Amino acid sequence: MIDLTSVWTAVYVAMLAAFTGYVVISRVPVLLHTPLMSGSNFVHGIVLVGAMVALGLAQTPTEQLIGFVAVVLGAANVTGGYVVTERILQMFDRSSRKPAKRA
Amino acid sequence: MLDLSQVIDPVYIATIFFFIIGLQRMSNPLTARSGIVWAGAAMLIATIVTFLTPSLSNFALMALGIVVGGGLGYVAAKRVAMTAMPQMVAIYNGMGGGAAASISAVELLRTTTASVSSLAVIGGLIGAVSFSGSVIAFLKLQGWIRQRPMTYPGQQVVNILILLLAAVFGLLVLWHPFALPLSVSLLLPLFFVLALGFGFLMTLPIGGADMPVVISLYNAFTGLAVGLDGFSFATPNYAMVVAGVIVGAAGSLLTLLMARAMNRSISNVLFGAFGATEETGTVVKGSMKPIEADDVAVMLAYASSVVIAPGYGMAVAQAQGKVKELTDVLESKGVTVKFAIHPVAGRMPGHMNVLLAEAGVPYDHLFDRDEINPAFPNTDVVLVIGANDVVNPAAHRQGSPLYGMPILDVEQAKNVIVLKRGQGKGFAGIENDLFYRDNARMLYGDAQESVSKLTHALKKL
Repeated sequence: MIDLTSVWTAVYVAMLAAFTGYVVISRVPVLLHTPLMSGSNFVHGIVLVGAMVALGLAQTPTEQLIGFVAVVLGAANVTGGYVVTERILQMFDRSSRKPAKRA
Repeated sequence: MLDLSQVIDPVYIATIFFFIIGLQRMSNPLTARSGIVWAGAAMLIATIVTFLTPSLSNFALMALGIVVGGGLGYVAAKRVAMTAMPQMVAIYNGMGGGAAASISAVELLRTTTASVSSLAVIGGLIGAVSFSGSVIAFLKLQGWIRQRPMTYPGQQVVNILILLLAAVFGLLVLWHPFALPLSVSLLLPLFFVLALGFGFLMTLPIGGADMPVVISLYNAFTGLAVGLDGFSFATPNYAMVVAGVIVGAAGSLLTLLMARAMNRSISNVLFGAFGATEETGTVVKGSMKPIEADDVAVMLAYASSVVIAPGYGMAVAQAQGKVKELTDVLESKGVTVKFAIHPVAGRMPGHMNVLLAEAGVPYDHLFDRDEINPAFPNTDVVLVIGANDVVNPAAHRQGSPLYGMPILDVEQAKNVIVLKRGQGKGFAGIENDLFYRDNARMLYGDAQESVSKLTHALKKL
Protein backbone atom coordinates (compact mmCIF):
# COMPACT_ATOMS: atom_id res chain seq x y z
CA MET A 1 0.00 0.00 0.00
CA ILE A 2 1.53 3.25 -1.11
CA ASP A 3 1.29 6.16 1.29
CA LEU A 4 -0.43 8.82 -0.81
CA THR A 5 0.51 11.69 1.52
CA SER A 6 4.20 11.23 0.80
CA VAL A 7 3.48 11.00 -2.93
CA TRP A 8 1.71 14.36 -2.86
CA THR A 9 4.49 15.91 -0.78
CA ALA A 10 6.92 14.72 -3.43
CA VAL A 11 4.82 16.26 -6.19
CA TYR A 12 4.63 19.59 -4.32
CA VAL A 13 8.38 19.66 -3.85
CA ALA A 14 9.15 18.69 -7.44
CA MET A 15 6.70 21.23 -8.86
CA LEU A 16 8.06 24.12 -6.80
CA ALA A 17 11.62 23.13 -7.65
CA ALA A 18 10.80 23.06 -11.35
CA PHE A 19 9.32 26.57 -11.15
CA THR A 20 12.37 27.79 -9.27
CA GLY A 21 14.69 26.45 -11.95
CA TYR A 22 12.59 28.04 -14.66
CA VAL A 23 12.42 31.46 -12.98
CA VAL A 24 16.11 31.58 -12.08
CA ILE A 25 17.10 31.02 -15.71
CA SER A 26 14.39 32.91 -17.58
CA ARG A 27 15.97 36.37 -17.64
CA VAL A 28 19.55 35.40 -18.33
CA PRO A 29 21.55 37.26 -20.99
CA VAL A 30 23.06 35.13 -23.77
CA LEU A 31 26.45 36.12 -22.43
CA LEU A 32 25.89 33.95 -19.37
CA HIS A 33 24.42 30.87 -21.03
CA THR A 34 27.69 28.97 -20.98
CA PRO A 35 28.67 29.76 -17.37
CA LEU A 36 25.13 29.00 -16.24
CA MET A 37 25.09 25.68 -18.05
CA SER A 38 28.37 24.91 -16.36
CA GLY A 39 27.03 26.14 -13.01
CA SER A 40 23.93 23.98 -13.19
CA ASN A 41 26.22 21.13 -14.22
CA PHE A 42 27.96 21.68 -10.89
CA VAL A 43 24.67 21.82 -8.96
CA HIS A 44 23.58 18.38 -10.13
CA GLY A 45 26.86 17.21 -8.64
CA ILE A 46 24.68 16.85 -5.51
CA VAL A 47 24.38 13.34 -6.94
CA LEU A 48 27.54 12.71 -4.90
CA VAL A 49 25.45 12.82 -1.73
CA GLY A 50 23.21 10.09 -3.09
CA ALA A 51 26.18 8.08 -4.28
CA MET A 52 27.63 8.20 -0.76
CA VAL A 53 24.38 6.95 0.75
CA ALA A 54 24.08 4.22 -1.89
CA LEU A 55 27.63 3.06 -1.22
CA GLY A 56 27.13 3.36 2.54
CA LEU A 57 24.11 1.07 2.43
CA ALA A 58 25.68 -1.40 -0.01
CA GLN A 59 26.26 -4.91 1.31
CA THR A 60 27.32 -7.30 -1.45
CA PRO A 61 30.61 -6.76 -3.31
CA THR A 62 28.66 -5.98 -6.51
CA GLU A 63 26.70 -3.24 -4.77
CA GLN A 64 29.88 -1.91 -3.22
CA LEU A 65 31.63 -1.82 -6.59
CA ILE A 66 28.80 0.01 -8.34
CA GLY A 67 28.41 2.31 -5.35
CA PHE A 68 32.12 3.09 -5.45
CA VAL A 69 31.88 3.90 -9.18
CA ALA A 70 28.96 6.20 -8.38
CA VAL A 71 31.00 8.04 -5.73
CA VAL A 72 34.00 8.44 -8.05
CA LEU A 73 31.85 9.77 -10.90
CA GLY A 74 29.84 12.02 -8.58
CA ALA A 75 32.98 13.47 -6.98
CA ALA A 76 34.48 14.17 -10.42
CA ASN A 77 31.23 15.90 -11.43
CA VAL A 78 31.46 18.10 -8.33
CA THR A 79 35.10 19.17 -8.47
CA GLY A 80 35.32 19.33 -12.26
CA GLY A 81 32.05 21.23 -12.51
CA TYR A 82 33.20 23.69 -9.87
CA VAL A 83 36.62 24.36 -11.39
CA VAL A 84 35.29 24.74 -14.94
CA THR A 85 32.58 27.17 -13.81
CA GLU A 86 35.06 29.06 -11.64
CA ARG A 87 37.48 29.40 -14.56
CA ILE A 88 34.79 30.62 -16.93
CA LEU A 89 33.43 33.11 -14.41
CA GLN A 90 36.88 34.35 -13.45
CA MET A 91 36.90 36.16 -16.77
CA PHE A 92 33.86 38.16 -15.80
CA ASP A 93 35.50 39.49 -12.71
CA ARG A 94 37.05 42.82 -13.64
CA SER A 95 38.81 43.62 -10.38
CA SER A 96 40.91 40.54 -9.79
CA ARG A 97 41.61 39.50 -13.34
CA LYS A 98 45.15 38.72 -14.26
CA PRO A 99 46.40 40.44 -17.41
CA ALA A 100 45.58 38.43 -20.52
CA LYS A 101 48.12 35.79 -21.36
CA ARG A 102 50.41 36.61 -24.23
CA ALA A 103 51.21 33.63 -26.36
CA MET B 1 21.08 12.42 23.76
CA LEU B 2 22.30 14.43 20.86
CA ASP B 3 21.71 12.68 17.58
CA LEU B 4 24.09 14.14 15.02
CA SER B 5 22.04 12.85 12.10
CA GLN B 6 19.39 15.42 13.08
CA VAL B 7 21.51 18.13 11.48
CA ILE B 8 21.32 16.51 8.04
CA ASP B 9 17.95 17.87 6.96
CA PRO B 10 18.51 21.46 8.14
CA VAL B 11 21.87 21.46 6.37
CA TYR B 12 20.33 20.06 3.17
CA ILE B 13 17.70 22.79 3.30
CA ALA B 14 20.42 25.42 3.69
CA THR B 15 22.26 23.76 0.78
CA ILE B 16 19.29 24.17 -1.52
CA PHE B 17 18.86 27.77 -0.37
CA PHE B 18 22.49 28.53 -1.26
CA PHE B 19 22.22 26.67 -4.59
CA ILE B 20 19.31 28.88 -5.58
CA ILE B 21 21.09 32.04 -4.44
CA GLY B 22 24.17 30.86 -6.33
CA LEU B 23 22.29 30.25 -9.57
CA GLN B 24 20.50 33.56 -9.14
CA ARG B 25 23.82 35.37 -8.80
CA MET B 26 25.25 33.47 -11.78
CA SER B 27 22.46 34.96 -13.90
CA ASN B 28 23.93 38.46 -13.59
CA PRO B 29 27.36 39.36 -15.00
CA LEU B 30 28.21 41.53 -12.00
CA THR B 31 27.55 38.90 -9.35
CA ALA B 32 28.26 35.78 -11.42
CA ARG B 33 31.64 35.07 -9.90
CA SER B 34 30.33 34.94 -6.36
CA GLY B 35 27.47 32.65 -7.43
CA ILE B 36 29.66 29.62 -7.88
CA VAL B 37 31.34 30.25 -4.54
CA TRP B 38 27.96 30.19 -2.76
CA ALA B 39 26.99 26.98 -4.53
CA GLY B 40 30.40 25.46 -3.85
CA ALA B 41 30.24 26.18 -0.12
CA ALA B 42 26.78 24.63 0.00
CA MET B 43 28.01 21.49 -1.78
CA LEU B 44 30.87 21.14 0.66
CA ILE B 45 28.74 21.20 3.79
CA ALA B 46 26.15 18.90 2.19
CA THR B 47 28.88 16.37 1.44
CA ILE B 48 30.25 16.55 4.98
CA VAL B 49 26.95 16.06 6.79
CA THR B 50 26.09 13.11 4.54
CA PHE B 51 28.74 11.12 6.41
CA LEU B 52 26.41 11.39 9.45
CA THR B 53 23.56 9.55 7.70
CA PRO B 54 22.40 6.72 10.02
CA SER B 55 23.37 3.07 9.39
CA LEU B 56 26.01 3.75 6.73
CA SER B 57 29.14 1.65 6.37
CA ASN B 58 31.96 1.44 3.79
CA PHE B 59 33.33 4.81 4.92
CA ALA B 60 36.86 4.00 3.74
CA LEU B 61 35.64 3.22 0.23
CA MET B 62 33.55 6.39 0.30
CA ALA B 63 36.51 8.57 1.23
CA LEU B 64 38.71 6.82 -1.35
CA GLY B 65 36.10 7.38 -4.07
CA ILE B 66 35.81 11.06 -3.21
CA VAL B 67 39.59 11.51 -3.25
CA VAL B 68 40.07 9.61 -6.53
CA GLY B 69 37.12 11.10 -8.42
CA GLY B 70 37.49 14.54 -6.93
CA GLY B 71 41.22 14.59 -7.56
CA LEU B 72 40.91 13.51 -11.18
CA GLY B 73 38.09 15.96 -11.82
CA TYR B 74 40.01 18.80 -10.22
CA VAL B 75 43.31 18.20 -12.02
CA ALA B 76 41.72 17.69 -15.44
CA ALA B 77 39.58 20.82 -15.10
CA LYS B 78 42.55 22.92 -13.98
CA ARG B 79 44.88 21.81 -16.72
CA VAL B 80 42.63 21.99 -19.74
CA ALA B 81 42.77 25.02 -22.06
CA MET B 82 39.93 27.56 -22.04
CA THR B 83 39.02 26.57 -25.60
CA ALA B 84 38.26 23.05 -24.40
CA MET B 85 35.70 24.17 -21.80
CA PRO B 86 32.64 23.03 -23.81
CA GLN B 87 33.78 19.42 -23.90
CA MET B 88 34.78 19.59 -20.23
CA VAL B 89 31.22 20.59 -19.33
CA ALA B 90 30.07 17.64 -21.44
CA ILE B 91 32.31 15.09 -19.75
CA TYR B 92 31.57 16.22 -16.18
CA ASN B 93 27.91 16.22 -16.99
CA GLY B 94 28.28 12.68 -18.30
CA MET B 95 29.92 11.66 -15.04
CA GLY B 96 26.97 13.05 -13.11
CA GLY B 97 24.68 11.00 -15.35
CA GLY B 98 26.82 7.93 -14.81
CA ALA B 99 26.70 8.45 -11.04
CA ALA B 100 22.91 8.73 -11.18
CA ALA B 101 22.67 5.54 -13.24
CA SER B 102 24.96 3.72 -10.80
CA ILE B 103 22.87 4.83 -7.83
CA SER B 104 19.80 3.45 -9.59
CA ALA B 105 21.62 0.17 -10.17
CA VAL B 106 22.57 -0.18 -6.51
CA GLU B 107 19.09 0.73 -5.32
CA LEU B 108 17.45 -1.69 -7.77
CA LEU B 109 19.71 -4.49 -6.54
CA ARG B 110 18.82 -3.70 -2.93
CA THR B 111 15.14 -2.80 -2.83
CA THR B 112 12.05 -4.51 -4.07
CA THR B 113 9.42 -1.82 -3.44
CA ALA B 114 7.73 -1.32 -6.79
CA SER B 115 6.79 2.37 -6.34
CA VAL B 116 10.32 3.37 -5.39
CA SER B 117 11.93 1.11 -7.96
CA SER B 118 9.95 2.52 -10.86
CA LEU B 119 11.47 5.96 -10.24
CA ALA B 120 14.90 4.36 -9.93
CA VAL B 121 14.40 2.64 -13.29
CA ILE B 122 13.43 5.91 -15.01
CA GLY B 123 16.30 7.74 -13.31
CA GLY B 124 18.68 4.98 -14.35
CA LEU B 125 17.51 5.11 -17.96
CA ILE B 126 17.86 8.89 -18.20
CA GLY B 127 21.17 8.91 -16.35
CA ALA B 128 22.65 6.21 -18.56
CA VAL B 129 21.53 7.98 -21.75
CA SER B 130 23.03 11.21 -20.44
CA PHE B 131 26.28 9.40 -19.64
CA SER B 132 26.91 7.74 -22.99
CA GLY B 133 25.51 10.72 -24.93
CA SER B 134 27.78 13.15 -23.10
CA VAL B 135 30.80 10.93 -23.71
CA ILE B 136 30.08 11.01 -27.46
CA ALA B 137 29.61 14.79 -27.29
CA PHE B 138 32.97 15.05 -25.52
CA LEU B 139 34.72 12.83 -28.09
CA LYS B 140 33.23 14.80 -30.98
CA LEU B 141 34.20 18.21 -29.58
CA GLN B 142 37.65 16.93 -28.62
CA GLY B 143 38.06 15.76 -32.20
CA TRP B 144 38.75 12.16 -31.18
CA ILE B 145 35.89 10.96 -33.34
CA ARG B 146 34.44 12.44 -36.52
CA GLN B 147 32.41 15.57 -35.85
CA ARG B 148 30.29 15.14 -38.97
CA PRO B 149 27.00 13.34 -38.42
CA MET B 150 27.17 9.58 -38.86
CA THR B 151 24.05 8.38 -40.55
CA TYR B 152 22.69 5.29 -42.23
CA PRO B 153 19.24 4.41 -43.56
CA GLY B 154 16.69 3.50 -40.92
CA GLN B 155 18.85 4.93 -38.14
CA GLN B 156 15.99 6.57 -36.26
CA VAL B 157 13.91 3.38 -36.41
CA VAL B 158 16.80 1.37 -34.98
CA ASN B 159 17.32 3.96 -32.23
CA ILE B 160 13.66 3.95 -31.25
CA LEU B 161 13.60 0.15 -31.19
CA ILE B 162 16.60 0.14 -28.86
CA LEU B 163 14.89 2.66 -26.58
CA LEU B 164 11.72 0.55 -26.54
CA LEU B 165 13.73 -2.55 -25.79
CA ALA B 166 15.45 -0.73 -22.91
CA ALA B 167 12.02 0.28 -21.60
CA VAL B 168 10.83 -3.33 -21.81
CA PHE B 169 13.82 -4.53 -19.81
CA GLY B 170 13.19 -1.72 -17.34
CA LEU B 171 9.66 -3.05 -16.82
CA LEU B 172 10.99 -6.60 -16.48
CA VAL B 173 13.36 -5.39 -13.76
CA LEU B 174 10.35 -3.90 -11.94
CA TRP B 175 8.22 -7.01 -12.34
CA HIS B 176 10.83 -9.57 -11.57
CA PRO B 177 9.60 -10.21 -8.01
CA PHE B 178 6.32 -11.38 -9.51
CA ALA B 179 6.79 -14.87 -10.87
CA LEU B 180 9.43 -14.14 -13.45
CA PRO B 181 12.14 -16.75 -13.77
CA LEU B 182 14.72 -14.19 -14.84
CA SER B 183 16.89 -12.75 -12.11
CA VAL B 184 17.63 -9.07 -11.58
CA SER B 185 21.36 -9.68 -11.90
CA LEU B 186 20.68 -10.76 -15.48
CA LEU B 187 18.04 -8.18 -16.38
CA LEU B 188 19.73 -5.14 -14.90
CA PRO B 189 22.96 -5.27 -16.94
CA LEU B 190 20.92 -5.79 -20.14
CA PHE B 191 18.74 -2.81 -19.23
CA PHE B 192 21.76 -0.56 -18.72
CA VAL B 193 23.58 -1.79 -21.82
CA LEU B 194 20.53 -0.93 -23.92
CA ALA B 195 20.12 2.48 -22.25
CA LEU B 196 23.81 3.29 -22.76
CA GLY B 197 23.58 2.08 -26.35
CA PHE B 198 20.63 4.35 -27.01
CA GLY B 199 22.48 7.44 -25.73
CA PHE B 200 25.48 6.46 -27.82
CA LEU B 201 23.55 5.88 -31.05
CA MET B 202 21.28 8.87 -30.55
CA THR B 203 24.24 11.26 -30.31
CA LEU B 204 26.38 9.89 -33.17
CA PRO B 205 24.18 11.33 -35.96
CA ILE B 206 24.31 14.83 -34.42
CA GLY B 207 26.90 17.17 -35.93
CA GLY B 208 29.51 18.97 -33.87
CA ALA B 209 27.91 22.36 -34.49
CA ASP B 210 24.84 21.29 -32.56
CA MET B 211 26.75 19.91 -29.59
CA PRO B 212 26.13 22.90 -27.28
CA VAL B 213 22.38 22.32 -27.50
CA VAL B 214 22.88 18.60 -27.00
CA ILE B 215 25.15 19.11 -23.98
CA SER B 216 22.59 21.44 -22.46
CA LEU B 217 19.89 18.83 -23.06
CA TYR B 218 21.95 16.10 -21.40
CA ASN B 219 22.65 18.52 -18.56
CA ALA B 220 18.89 18.74 -18.02
CA PHE B 221 18.68 14.93 -18.31
CA THR B 222 21.28 14.43 -15.61
CA GLY B 223 19.43 16.89 -13.37
CA LEU B 224 16.22 14.96 -13.86
CA ALA B 225 17.93 11.61 -13.25
CA VAL B 226 19.43 12.96 -10.01
CA GLY B 227 16.01 14.25 -8.94
CA LEU B 228 14.37 10.88 -9.60
CA ASP B 229 17.16 9.03 -7.82
CA GLY B 230 16.49 11.20 -4.78
CA PHE B 231 13.21 9.30 -4.45
CA SER B 232 14.83 5.91 -4.87
CA PHE B 233 15.99 5.75 -1.24
CA ALA B 234 13.82 4.43 1.56
CA THR B 235 13.82 7.97 2.98
CA PRO B 236 13.74 10.37 0.03
CA ASN B 237 16.80 12.56 -0.25
CA TYR B 238 15.18 15.93 -0.85
CA ALA B 239 18.47 17.74 -1.45
CA MET B 240 18.91 15.54 -4.53
CA VAL B 241 15.27 15.87 -5.54
CA VAL B 242 15.15 19.64 -5.37
CA ALA B 243 18.61 20.37 -6.81
CA GLY B 244 18.05 17.77 -9.54
CA VAL B 245 14.64 19.08 -10.54
CA ILE B 246 15.89 22.70 -10.51
CA VAL B 247 18.67 21.74 -12.92
CA GLY B 248 16.23 19.68 -14.97
CA ALA B 249 13.90 22.67 -15.40
CA ALA B 250 16.63 25.28 -15.82
CA GLY B 251 18.54 23.04 -18.23
CA SER B 252 15.47 22.41 -20.36
CA LEU B 253 14.77 26.12 -20.63
CA LEU B 254 18.41 26.83 -21.43
CA THR B 255 18.30 24.17 -24.16
CA LEU B 256 15.25 25.84 -25.71
CA LEU B 257 16.90 29.27 -25.56
CA MET B 258 20.03 27.94 -27.26
CA ALA B 259 18.09 26.15 -29.98
CA ARG B 260 16.05 29.30 -30.57
CA ALA B 261 19.23 31.34 -30.99
CA MET B 262 20.11 29.00 -33.87
CA ASN B 263 16.56 29.10 -35.21
CA ARG B 264 16.29 25.35 -34.86
CA SER B 265 13.81 23.18 -33.03
CA ILE B 266 15.01 20.59 -30.56
CA SER B 267 13.70 17.76 -32.73
CA ASN B 268 15.54 19.23 -35.70
CA VAL B 269 18.76 19.27 -33.70
CA LEU B 270 18.29 15.72 -32.46
CA PHE B 271 16.98 14.06 -35.58
CA GLY B 272 18.00 16.41 -38.39
CA ALA B 273 21.54 15.02 -38.88
CA PHE B 274 22.40 18.62 -39.69
CA GLY B 275 25.34 19.07 -42.02
CA ALA B 276 25.19 15.51 -43.32
CA THR B 277 23.64 16.40 -46.63
CA GLU B 278 25.56 18.34 -49.22
CA GLU B 279 23.57 21.09 -50.81
CA THR B 280 23.00 20.27 -54.45
CA GLY B 281 22.02 22.36 -57.42
CA THR B 282 23.51 25.66 -56.28
CA VAL B 283 26.79 26.72 -57.75
CA VAL B 284 28.42 29.71 -56.13
CA LYS B 285 29.59 32.17 -58.75
CA GLY B 286 32.83 34.10 -58.62
CA SER B 287 36.04 33.26 -56.85
CA MET B 288 37.70 33.77 -53.48
CA LYS B 289 40.01 36.76 -53.68
CA PRO B 290 43.05 36.68 -51.42
CA ILE B 291 44.54 39.80 -49.85
CA GLU B 292 47.77 40.56 -47.96
CA ALA B 293 47.95 41.81 -44.38
CA ASP B 294 49.61 45.11 -45.36
CA ASP B 295 46.73 45.99 -47.68
CA VAL B 296 44.21 45.18 -44.99
CA ALA B 297 46.12 47.39 -42.54
CA VAL B 298 45.87 50.34 -44.92
CA MET B 299 42.18 49.69 -45.39
CA LEU B 300 41.66 49.61 -41.62
CA ALA B 301 43.73 52.72 -40.97
CA TYR B 302 41.55 54.81 -43.27
CA ALA B 303 38.27 53.34 -42.08
CA SER B 304 36.09 55.23 -39.65
CA SER B 305 34.16 52.24 -38.38
CA VAL B 306 35.32 48.65 -38.08
CA VAL B 307 33.32 45.69 -36.85
CA ILE B 308 34.99 42.47 -35.75
CA ALA B 309 32.97 39.27 -36.08
CA PRO B 310 34.79 36.48 -34.20
CA GLY B 311 34.08 32.77 -34.41
CA TYR B 312 35.48 29.42 -33.42
CA GLY B 313 38.66 30.04 -35.45
CA MET B 314 39.61 32.80 -33.02
CA ALA B 315 39.14 30.43 -30.10
CA VAL B 316 41.20 27.67 -31.73
CA ALA B 317 44.05 30.04 -32.56
CA GLN B 318 43.87 31.64 -29.09
CA ALA B 319 43.87 34.95 -30.93
CA GLN B 320 41.70 36.92 -28.48
CA GLY B 321 44.69 38.68 -26.87
CA LYS B 322 46.02 39.75 -30.26
CA VAL B 323 42.56 40.88 -31.28
CA LYS B 324 42.41 43.10 -28.20
CA GLU B 325 45.81 44.55 -29.15
CA LEU B 326 44.61 45.26 -32.68
CA THR B 327 41.52 46.94 -31.24
CA ASP B 328 43.68 49.19 -29.06
CA VAL B 329 45.86 50.24 -31.99
CA LEU B 330 42.84 50.98 -34.16
CA GLU B 331 41.20 53.02 -31.42
CA SER B 332 44.38 55.02 -30.91
CA LYS B 333 44.06 55.95 -34.58
CA GLY B 334 40.51 57.17 -34.03
CA VAL B 335 38.74 54.19 -35.60
CA THR B 336 35.52 53.05 -33.92
CA VAL B 337 35.73 49.31 -33.23
CA LYS B 338 32.75 47.19 -32.35
CA PHE B 339 32.40 43.45 -31.90
CA ALA B 340 29.50 41.59 -33.49
CA ILE B 341 28.69 38.58 -31.34
CA HIS B 342 26.48 35.95 -32.88
CA PRO B 343 24.71 34.04 -30.10
CA VAL B 344 26.06 30.69 -31.28
CA ALA B 345 29.45 31.77 -32.59
CA GLY B 346 32.05 29.33 -31.32
CA ARG B 347 30.98 26.10 -29.76
CA MET B 348 28.75 27.41 -27.00
CA PRO B 349 26.50 30.38 -26.53
CA GLY B 350 28.55 33.10 -24.90
CA HIS B 351 31.80 31.42 -25.95
CA MET B 352 33.05 34.57 -27.69
CA ASN B 353 32.02 36.84 -24.83
CA VAL B 354 34.01 34.72 -22.44
CA LEU B 355 37.16 34.73 -24.59
CA LEU B 356 36.99 38.46 -25.31
CA ALA B 357 36.38 39.18 -21.64
CA GLU B 358 39.49 37.10 -20.90
CA ALA B 359 41.47 39.32 -23.26
CA GLY B 360 40.11 42.46 -21.59
CA VAL B 361 37.74 43.76 -24.26
CA PRO B 362 35.16 45.93 -22.46
CA TYR B 363 31.54 44.71 -22.45
CA ASP B 364 30.24 47.87 -24.09
CA HIS B 365 32.23 46.99 -27.22
CA LEU B 366 30.27 43.75 -27.65
CA PHE B 367 27.02 43.86 -29.58
CA ASP B 368 24.31 41.25 -30.10
CA ARG B 369 23.27 40.19 -33.56
CA ASP B 370 20.07 42.24 -33.41
CA GLU B 371 21.90 45.35 -32.19
CA ILE B 372 24.67 45.26 -34.77
CA ASN B 373 22.88 44.09 -37.92
CA PRO B 374 21.36 47.52 -38.77
CA ALA B 375 24.85 49.04 -38.50
CA PHE B 376 26.54 46.93 -41.19
CA PRO B 377 25.57 49.07 -44.23
CA ASN B 378 27.40 51.99 -42.58
CA THR B 379 30.44 49.96 -41.63
CA ASP B 380 33.65 50.43 -43.61
CA VAL B 381 35.40 47.18 -42.82
CA VAL B 382 34.23 43.98 -41.20
CA LEU B 383 36.91 41.59 -39.97
CA VAL B 384 35.54 38.08 -39.84
CA ILE B 385 37.95 36.20 -37.59
CA GLY B 386 37.44 32.47 -37.86
CA ALA B 387 33.67 32.63 -38.17
CA ASN B 388 31.91 30.91 -41.03
CA ASP B 389 28.37 29.60 -40.77
CA VAL B 390 27.14 32.51 -38.65
CA VAL B 391 28.02 34.95 -41.46
CA ASN B 392 26.89 32.78 -44.37
CA PRO B 393 24.31 34.67 -46.46
CA ALA B 394 23.08 31.28 -47.71
CA ALA B 395 20.88 31.44 -44.62
CA HIS B 396 18.72 33.92 -46.51
CA ARG B 397 18.29 31.58 -49.49
CA GLN B 398 15.43 29.12 -49.52
CA GLY B 399 16.55 25.53 -49.95
CA SER B 400 19.86 26.00 -48.19
CA PRO B 401 20.30 23.79 -45.15
CA LEU B 402 21.08 26.97 -43.23
CA TYR B 403 17.89 28.66 -44.43
CA GLY B 404 16.19 30.66 -41.71
CA MET B 405 19.11 30.77 -39.28
CA PRO B 406 19.58 34.37 -38.16
CA ILE B 407 23.05 35.48 -39.20
CA LEU B 408 25.30 38.51 -38.93
CA ASP B 409 24.64 40.42 -42.17
CA VAL B 410 28.31 41.29 -42.67
CA GLU B 411 27.97 41.13 -46.46
CA GLN B 412 26.21 44.52 -46.31
CA ALA B 413 29.37 46.25 -45.14
CA LYS B 414 31.55 48.12 -47.63
CA ASN B 415 34.45 45.71 -47.22
CA VAL B 416 34.60 42.28 -45.64
CA ILE B 417 37.94 40.74 -44.73
CA VAL B 418 37.76 37.06 -43.85
CA LEU B 419 40.60 35.70 -41.73
CA LYS B 420 40.66 32.02 -42.38
CA ARG B 421 43.12 29.16 -42.19
CA GLY B 422 42.32 27.67 -45.58
CA GLN B 423 39.55 27.28 -48.10
CA GLY B 424 37.60 24.69 -46.12
CA LYS B 425 33.94 24.82 -45.29
CA GLY B 426 32.41 25.74 -41.96
CA PHE B 427 31.20 23.37 -39.32
CA ALA B 428 27.89 22.85 -41.05
CA GLY B 429 29.82 21.72 -44.14
CA ILE B 430 28.16 24.26 -46.39
CA GLU B 431 29.84 26.46 -48.99
CA ASN B 432 29.90 30.09 -47.85
CA ASP B 433 28.57 32.52 -50.47
CA LEU B 434 30.12 35.40 -48.57
CA PHE B 435 33.66 34.46 -49.57
CA TYR B 436 32.77 34.86 -53.23
CA ARG B 437 31.17 38.32 -52.91
CA ASP B 438 32.80 41.24 -54.69
CA ASN B 439 33.33 43.14 -51.44
CA ALA B 440 34.96 40.18 -49.70
CA ARG B 441 38.69 39.41 -49.48
CA MET B 442 40.37 36.44 -47.90
CA LEU B 443 43.33 36.79 -45.53
CA TYR B 444 44.65 33.25 -45.21
CA GLY B 445 46.63 32.02 -42.24
CA ASP B 446 46.36 31.21 -38.55
CA ALA B 447 44.14 33.80 -36.89
CA GLN B 448 46.68 34.71 -34.22
CA GLU B 449 49.46 35.25 -36.78
CA SER B 450 47.26 37.19 -39.18
CA VAL B 451 46.04 39.51 -36.45
CA SER B 452 49.59 40.16 -35.20
CA LYS B 453 50.68 40.95 -38.75
CA LEU B 454 47.81 43.41 -39.04
CA THR B 455 48.75 45.07 -35.76
CA HIS B 456 52.40 45.36 -36.81
CA ALA B 457 51.54 46.79 -40.20
CA LEU B 458 49.14 49.27 -38.58
CA LYS B 459 51.74 50.47 -36.08
CA LYS B 460 54.11 51.24 -38.96
CA LEU B 461 51.54 53.35 -40.82
